[in-house]
Amino acid sequence: MLDPDLVGRTFVGATSTLVTQEAITQFSRAIGEPNFEIAAPTFSISITLAESQVLLQESGLDWTRVVHGDQKFEIFRPIVAGDSLICSSTIETFRVVAGNEIVTVRSDLHSGAELVISSWSTLVVRA
Amino acid sequence: MNNFEVGQELVAVSYHIDRSLLVAYANASGDQNPIHQNEEFAKSVGLPDVIAHGMLTMALAGRYVSDVAGGPDKVKEFFARFIKPVVVPAGSTVNLIISGKISAIENGTAKIDIQATCDDVKVLGMAKAVISLS
Repeated sequence: MLDPDLVGRTFVGATSTLVTQEAITQFSRAIGEPNFEIAAPTFSISITLAESQVLLQESGLDWTRVVHGDQKFEIFRPIVAGDSLICSSTIETFRVVAGNEIVTVRSDLHSGAELVISSWSTLVVRA
Repeated sequence: MNNFEVGQELVAVSYHIDRSLLVAYANASGDQNPIHQNEEFAKSVGLPDVIAHGMLTMALAGRYVSDVAGGPDKVKEFFARFIKPVVVPAGSTVNLIISGKISAIENGTAKIDIQATCDDVKVLGMAKAVISLS
């Protein structure tokens, strides 16, 4: 069970992620996106989901039973190769409905002072 | 530039999902959850078979939106709810059908309502995107 006291706290990732052209190309190629010059709209999940996993596991959530409920992206500019992104994660909401734990994590990706992408992942641990 | 109209139906596109795509997406995204690759494991946690990553389905919808918009750089907002798993049996190819409709045009952007189905079953709920028209 997630520790409810952690709702609203923001955790800034200890290390930045350097986005390589190889990572962008591999992601776009997998989904058949022909443009490799910028990252596909959902590419950032490859950075943020792992950060959310670390945060939520440390907060008491059973990650082995997590199901993805919904996902939202606000993209201020596309990610490009060479971006060094710091992820800050905030547990925005947590509720228990019929024994299911439902948590929403906001992930902000910054390049220096610039906010590049905000995303929200709703994750569910089924009873 | 694009001459979209509110209410305009966008041409549907079929995307093929098979086990090799699940492996490629797992490697590209880093999501190596065995429910997306290992049949025995998937069944052990109550699933009918291996299922596609919800984010793979969303990524393919994102490709659809990028194509409609004229490039991935045009996509400003994107939301989807994962309402049904896409089951991918070994040796078979599943057709994911994505379609869209322009629901609003304002301030140089267009909103697209997105439908995603497999075998006539909706797999994404309330899926929508905002694209830049400039």
